[in-house]
Amino acid sequence: MKIKDLISASERTSWLLVSPLVAILAFFLLLPILTLVVVSFWNYNEFTFFPDFVFDNYAYLLTSPVTLSVYLKTLKFMALTWIFCTVIGFTVAYFLAFHVRSLGVQIGLFLLCTIPFWTSNIIRMISWIPFLGRNGLANSALISMGVIDEPLDWLLFSDFAVVLAFVHLYVLFMVVPVFNTMMRIDKSLIEAARDAGASGPQILANVIIPLSKPGIMIGSIFIVTLVMGDFITVRFMSGGQSASVGRVISNEIALLQYPAAAASAVVLLCTVLLMIAVMMRFVDIRKEL
Amino acid sequence: MTTGKAKPFSRRSVLKGAAATTGLALGSGAVTGFPTIWAQNIKDVTLRQFGTGVSNLNEVADKVKEDLGFTLEMTALDSDSVTQRAATQPNSFDIADIEYWICKKVWPAGNLQAMDVSKIKNYDKIVGIFKSGKLTPESTIAQGTAPHTVGFVEGVDGKTFADHETGWMTLIPTIYNADTLGIRPDLIGRPIESWTELLNPEFKGKASILDISSIGIMDAAMVCEAMGEIKYGDKGNMTREEIDKTMAIFTEAKKAGQFRAFWKSFDESVNLMASGEVVIQSMWSPAITAVRSKGIPCVYQPLKEGYRSWGGGIGLSKNLSGLELEAAYEYINWYLSGWVGGFLMRQGYYSAVPETSKDFMSADEWGYWFEGKPAEGEIKNPQGQVMEKAGAVRDGGSFYERMGHVACWNAVMDENQYMVRKWNEFIAA
Repeated sequence: MKIKDLISASERTSWLLVSPLVAILAFFLLLPILTLVVVSFWNYNEFTFFPDFVFDNYAYLLTSPVTLSVYLKTLKFMALTWIFCTVIGFTVAYFLAFHVRSLGVQIGLFLLCTIPFWTSNIIRMISWIPFLGRNGLANSALISMGVIDEPLDWLLFSDFAVVLAFVHLYVLFMVVPVFNTMMRIDKSLIEAARDAGASGPQILANVIIPLSKPGIMIGSIFIVTLVMGDFITVRFMSGGQSASVGRVISNEIALLQYPAAAASAVVLLCTVLLMIAVMMRFVDIRKEL
Repeated sequence: MTTGKAKPFSRRSVLKGAAATTGLALGSGAVTGFPTIWAQNIKDVTLRQFGTGVSNLNEVADKVKEDLGFTLEMTALDSDSVTQRAATQPNSFDIADIEYWICKKVWPAGNLQAMDVSKIKNYDKIVGIFKSGKLTPESTIAQGTAPHTVGFVEGVDGKTFADHETGWMTLIPTIYNADTLGIRPDLIGRPIESWTELLNPEFKGKASILDISSIGIMDAAMVCEAMGEIKYGDKGNMTREEIDKTMAIFTEAKKAGQFRAFWKSFDESVNLMASGEVVIQSMWSPAITAVRSKGIPCVYQPLKEGYRSWGGGIGLSKNLSGLELEAAYEYINWYLSGWVGGFLMRQGYYSAVPETSKDFMSADEWGYWFEGKPAEGEIKNPQGQVMEKAGAVRDGGSFYERMGHVACWNAVMDENQYMVRKWNEFIAA
């Protein structure tokens, strides 16, 4: 009897402790997603949407050739952005963690990396436009250097511009977690590897990369989710000529097709969750946290 | 009125005029039997107006405060958001400043109330386009959602549009214009005369069209018709087959790299043109002005197939009643009394009651903007920036020359949903 009381008392405490978090997640995460799912089965006409139970939104979405081409395009942006962010982010983090010896300089350089991120990401993105334009700085510099005769049109309003902006916008999301894991690597491991006769590349491949994996994975999750959900970067940097899943949703919202937008959002959510689930199979990031 | 000496009207005389108008409006109000408005009450009224950036100007809100005493809160949105708000958030506004094609779309949602024209002082002077549909008795009515077709309903709660003047107006027309293609004459270097030039391979990678489906499809239709590829029954109400054909032609051009970009907002179109990324594109009149005021040559090119026209008006929320409703009528009467008209006409738009605006413009401004005469002195915009030097003539000429050559009005089609899907496929292609 006494023991039972004790258990329920401690259970009660745990419930009490966890309840604020449960309440917040339920209200701000589960409820909106639930609403989204419910609305995705509603019907709509030109100026309003109303409760119903139709599969039309999904039927159109899953059979339209546009959906496939838009997803392929978005995945292409995502893959390219991920590759560049990983290579650049890893290199920067490696330099900061292993080449810079003093902690003060490390922190200073790290803060330096974050300075561009003090401005809004829209501004960082838009400032590329005059730079890359037909008569922009990049083209005039290349022409005056004699590298090219005609301005390069593909610098702006192209897939190149989109990926460039994405990498610029999101690379810090890779630098930070990778730097964080690298700082935790015990330096004696590297010394041990060196003593055992490993070369620089061998240390990198067999010690540092495996130990940095959780950081890379956290950064990858950031980048995948950010790029998959983006709509404004693609619109501005492609000059409105490329579509992405996010743009399709934003178009549907603009046209008052909320149920269709909800259906697209549910499909996107499932896609992204699936991708993250696959990524989690490779690395146990809980070990890191 | 920031320009001082350049204007023949001093602040004082304008104020006097406006005060007289207000007085008149009040006076006539008493006659037709609406309650007297007490100055101290109306000062507390705040009317919330939203609409597209073209007419949602802070200068207008400031002037309302000055002339009428109450507060007008302005929110400027893009046309998609405007439609959305008018259809779904009736409690978020008192006055909707929307276009006629948007009206066709959102009126059935029942968030707006019709206006009693007997309370509109200048109703008789509103141009024919908005009443009978004809600019002059001889005019033919253009295709598309012509404003008079969605301008009237059968009563304050009317849900269906009437085909004649009923005395209950859905929107009080405020501004309108005739749109065409904008070009950079310095970068093209030859005359442009037809809509077909938008898809001319000569401008490969240097053309643009606007990505607002309901307007973009019209420009596309003007091009396809001019090319002789498609003969439309009504460009403003296409059949599925016509939509398919139009989008096929444009998708092919897009894949061939004809377009540099698609624009969605006014600023984007200005930047594309001013930077030289684009030399020919769909454009709006004030965007041309904005490019020119940077000292870059830009022409709003009249084309032989005619203009694509649009019109906007203000509608009242169904939630307005009592003092606020009276204030709204007061505002509408003030709107048509000339100051706003003059302000907008000096940016290249037209006022619904041009003759009242004449009093708020100099003879030279009136001649340049309305009559299509060469400017005698410098033409300045309402902010006082010089836009044209003496001798300049407005692109397209006079009001009757321009509004008389409208080929099509901005429209919303019966096959709207189908069109939107096809348009999205075009953008994603």
